[in-house]
Amino acid sequence: MIILATERLAISFGGVRAVDGVTIAVPENSVFSIIGPNGAGKTTLFNMISGVYTPRDGHVLLAGEDVTGLKPDRLARRGLSRTFQNLQIFFRMSAIENVMVGRHRHERTGIFADLLHVPTVGRQNRETRARAEAALDRVGLAGLAGQSAGSLAYGDLKRLEIARALASEPKVLLLDEPAAGCNPVETAALEGVIRGIAAGGVTVVLVEHDMRLVMSVSDRIHVLANGATLAEGTASEVRNNLAVIEAYLGVHGAQEAAHARH
Amino acid sequence: MSVRPIDERPFAKERPSGGAHVGAAWRAMAERVGRHRLIPVLLMAVVIAAAPVLFPSGYYYRIFALVYVFALAALGLNLLTGFAGQVSLGHAGFMALGAYAVAIGPAHFGLPGWLSLILGAAFSALVAFLVGRPILRLKGHYLAVATLGFGLLLAIVFTNESDWTGGPDGMIVGRLVLFGWVVRGSQTWYWVSGVLFLAGAALAYNLIDSPAGRAMRAIHDSETAASVLGIDVARTKLLVFVISAVYASVAGSSLAFFNGLITPDVAGFLRSIELVAMVVLGGMGSIVGSLVGAAVLVLLPQVLTFLHDYEHMVLGLIIMGVMIFLRTGIVPSIAAAFGGRRG
Amino acid sequence: MAEFLQFAFSGLTVGAVYALVALGFTLIYNASDVINFAQGEFVMLGGLVTVFLVAAGLPLPVAALVAIAAATLVGLALYRFAIETARGANAVTLIMITIGASIFLRGAAQVIFDKRYHSLPPWFGDTPIRFGGAAILPQSLVVLAGALVIVVLLWAFIDRTLFGKAVLATAANKLAARLVGIDTKLTVGFSFAISAAIGAVAGILITPITLTSYNIGTLLALKGFAAAMLGGIGSALGAVIGGLLLGLLEALSAGYLSSQYKDAVAFIVILIVLLARPQGLLGRAKVERV
Repeated sequence: MIILATERLAISFGGVRAVDGVTIAVPENSVFSIIGPNGAGKTTLFNMISGVYTPRDGHVLLAGEDVTGLKPDRLARRGLSRTFQNLQIFFRMSAIENVMVGRHRHERTGIFADLLHVPTVGRQNRETRARAEAALDRVGLAGLAGQSAGSLAYGDLKRLEIARALASEPKVLLLDEPAAGCNPVETAALEGVIRGIAAGGVTVVLVEHDMRLVMSVSDRIHVLANGATLAEGTASEVRNNLAVIEAYLGVHGAQEAAHARH
Repeated sequence: MSVRPIDERPFAKERPSGGAHVGAAWRAMAERVGRHRLIPVLLMAVVIAAAPVLFPSGYYYRIFALVYVFALAALGLNLLTGFAGQVSLGHAGFMALGAYAVAIGPAHFGLPGWLSLILGAAFSALVAFLVGRPILRLKGHYLAVATLGFGLLLAIVFTNESDWTGGPDGMIVGRLVLFGWVVRGSQTWYWVSGVLFLAGAALAYNLIDSPAGRAMRAIHDSETAASVLGIDVARTKLLVFVISAVYASVAGSSLAFFNGLITPDVAGFLRSIELVAMVVLGGMGSIVGSLVGAAVLVLLPQVLTFLHDYEHMVLGLIIMGVMIFLRTGIVPSIAAAFGGRRG
Repeated sequence: MAEFLQFAFSGLTVGAVYALVALGFTLIYNASDVINFAQGEFVMLGGLVTVFLVAAGLPLPVAALVAIAAATLVGLALYRFAIETARGANAVTLIMITIGASIFLRGAAQVIFDKRYHSLPPWFGDTPIRFGGAAILPQSLVVLAGALVIVVLLWAFIDRTLFGKAVLATAANKLAARLVGIDTKLTVGFSFAISAAIGAVAGILITPITLTSYNIGTLLALKGFAAAMLGGIGSALGAVIGGLLLGLLEALSAGYLSSQYKDAVAFIVILIVLLARPQGLLGRAKVERV
C-alpha cells in the first residue's frame, strides 16, 4: 500500500521554482530516501508534505486521503510526524519532557480536568511518561531522561527529536537530515535507530546527504535536482545512474569517476 | 534494535528483602511525596501562615494582603509570559475589568459582590478570547505593543465612561458579603487573599504537570515543533491568555473589595509594567517567583518611604536593572546556584 | 469648511510633532532594532529644560541649545548604559528597558522640575492668521517649517555624507558594516543622539502651543510609535507621513466625533495596523523562511 504520495507538487519563492512538479509514492513499512545536491528542494518538499509550506500546485496524499495544505498539527493527528534539520528541541524542558510532548495527540484530558488535576490526569501522566521512556529507550537515550535538553550533545539531540516524533506513534516519520553534523559514531547509532523504526512498522522518509547511510538503510531512493525528479530506484540502481552521478560530480567529474572504475 | 514492550520496565527498582524492604518502601514514598507537584504550595502556605508572627505592626496585614493580590495577578501573567512565552504589556486592563465588575455589579445592577466577581471573571475571559484571537497572531515587539495599546484603550474607556465608572475619581466599592459574613479588615483580607493566591498556585502547578501545560511550555520553545506534534498553537496561546486574564480579574476584584475604592489607574500603563516587572524579577516560569516578585515591588515603596518623591525614579531603575542584569529572575537564579541537578 | 481647515491645521501641527517623534523611533529602530519608549521623554526634556533655563535668566536661543544638548547627552547615556550593556537581549527585553528608562526620566523630571504645566513665548507672537475662515497660530507654521527643515537636513546628511552612509549601512546589516570597518557603536550611538536632538527640537517648537510638563512623554511616545507603525516601521518617509496622518485623524475625530476619546485614536490605529497590515503604509512585509 502506498502510505504517502505527492502528485506534481510545486512551489515558488519569489521567482524561483524551488520545487517543480515532484511526484513520489512511498510504500508502507519501507525506508524511502530523498537525496540530491544542495538547493535541490529536498527540505522544501518535506516542508510541503508536513504542512509547513502550502504548495502552489499539486497534492499530498496520506494513506489515500488528500491532505494538501493541512497545517502540521492536523497532519500530526493523521499520523504524520517529522524531525528538523535545524533541531527544534524544547530546550527549557528535560529530555523526557520533550518526548512526553510527543504523546500530546494521544492525551485526552480537557483544560478543566487539567487545572483540577483529576485522577484521570494523574493516570494519563504516568502512561505518557512510561511510553516516553520506552521511546527514549528505542533510540538509546534511556539514561538521559532527566537531563535538561540544553545540556545534551548534538548527536543525542538528534536522537531525542526522533524519540519525540516516535512517541506520537506516527504511521509515517519524516527525518530531515538526521545525520547532519553527526560524527561517524553518532551516524552509526542513527543507522541502527532507523532500521529499528522501520522494523517496528513505521514508514520512514529520509532526506539525507550522508550517502553511506542512505545506501545502507534505504529500500528506495528518489533523486532531486533543481527542484525536479532526476531518478528513482533501489540503492544500486541510483548509485550507477549516470544522470545522478553527473548531478553530484558534474559532467567532468562523472567522466573521471567512470575512468577511475576502469 | 528491536521494539521492547512497555510492560518490561527497565527502570523498575529491584525489591530488597525483609526489613530493608520496609525502609526502602518508606523512602520511596517520601521521595514521591517530596517530588509531588503541590509541595511548593504547601511550603508557601506555611510561609503565609507563619509570616504574621514577624509583623512589626498590624499595618503589615494590609501590605501583605496587597502582596498576595498582586502575586495572584502576576501568577496569571507568568503563565502567559514565563511559561508560554507570550508577552503582554496591558495586563492591568484585566485587573481593572475585575475591579470595576465588583464595583458596577452591586452599584448599578444590585448584584451581590461574589456574583459580580464571577461575572467579572467571565467577562474578562470573554474579552480575552475576542481580543486574543487576532492579537496572538503577532509576535515579539508587535505583540508587546498591541497588548500595550489594548491595555491603554481600556484605561481610557474606564476614565471616560463616568456614568458607569465614576470617571477619573473612580467609584466606591461595596464590601464583599459571603453568606451573611461581611469580609472586611486588613487581617481578614490577609487570610482571604493568601488563600486565593494558594488556590491559584495549586491550579497553576496542576496545569504545568498536565498535557495543556506541556503544550504551553512547548510553544514557548518551538511553535513549529509543537505544531508537528499535534498541538494547536493558536488555540493553546488563546487558552493561556484567557486563563491569565481570569487570574488578573479575580485579583482585581479582590483589590477592589479590599480597598473599598477603585480608580482608572488600576488599568494604567504603569500598573501593567509593574506586573511584568514582578514576573521577570521573581523569575519567568517560576510560580514561587511570582510571590517573590510581587513582594519586592509592593514592599519596596513601603520600606523606602523616605524616597517617596523618587518613587518613579526608583521603579524605572529597578525595571532597567532587572531587565539588564537579572533577566533570569530571583528564584531561578537561587535554584541554579543551589544545585543544577534537577533537569 | 472653515471648521475643517481649523481642525486640519491643528491636527497637522500636532502631527508634525508626532512625525518628529516617529522619525526618532525609526532612526533608532533602523540602527539597533530597539523600540525606544523613552523617545517621548526627549520631547519633554527639550521643552522643560528650555522653560527652566529661560526662567533662570538665559536668552531663549541659548536655553534652547543647552536643552537640545542636554537631551542629546541623555540619549547617548541611554544608549551607552542601558542598551549597550544589555547587548544580545531579545526585542521585548529591550522594550522593557526603554520603558524603564522613560519611567526613570519622568520621575527625575518630576523631582528636578515640578509637576505643573509650563509654557514658552511663541516665536512670532500669538495673533492668529486668517486663512479660509480658519484661525492659524503663527507658531503652528513654525512647527511645520521646523519639522520640514529637520527632515530635509536629516535626508541630506544621510544621503550626502560618508558618515550618513555609514549609518545607513549599519541599519542595513550591522555585521557587514563592522566587517567593512564601520564603527557601529559610533553609528548606533549617533542615531540615539540625533533622535534625542530631534525630539528636543520638537518639544521646544510645540511648547508655546500645547504647553509642557514632566509627564507628556509617555503619551507622546505611544502616539509617535503609532505614527511610525502606521507609516511603516523602518521607513523614515513613512514616519513623517504617519505622524501627519495620525495628527489629522486625531484632530478630525476629536472635532467631529468625540473629544473625550482623542487619545484613543492612536491606540486604535496601532491595533488596526498591527492586525490588518503590520508593515504599515510604506514598510515591506517580512517573509519568514523556515
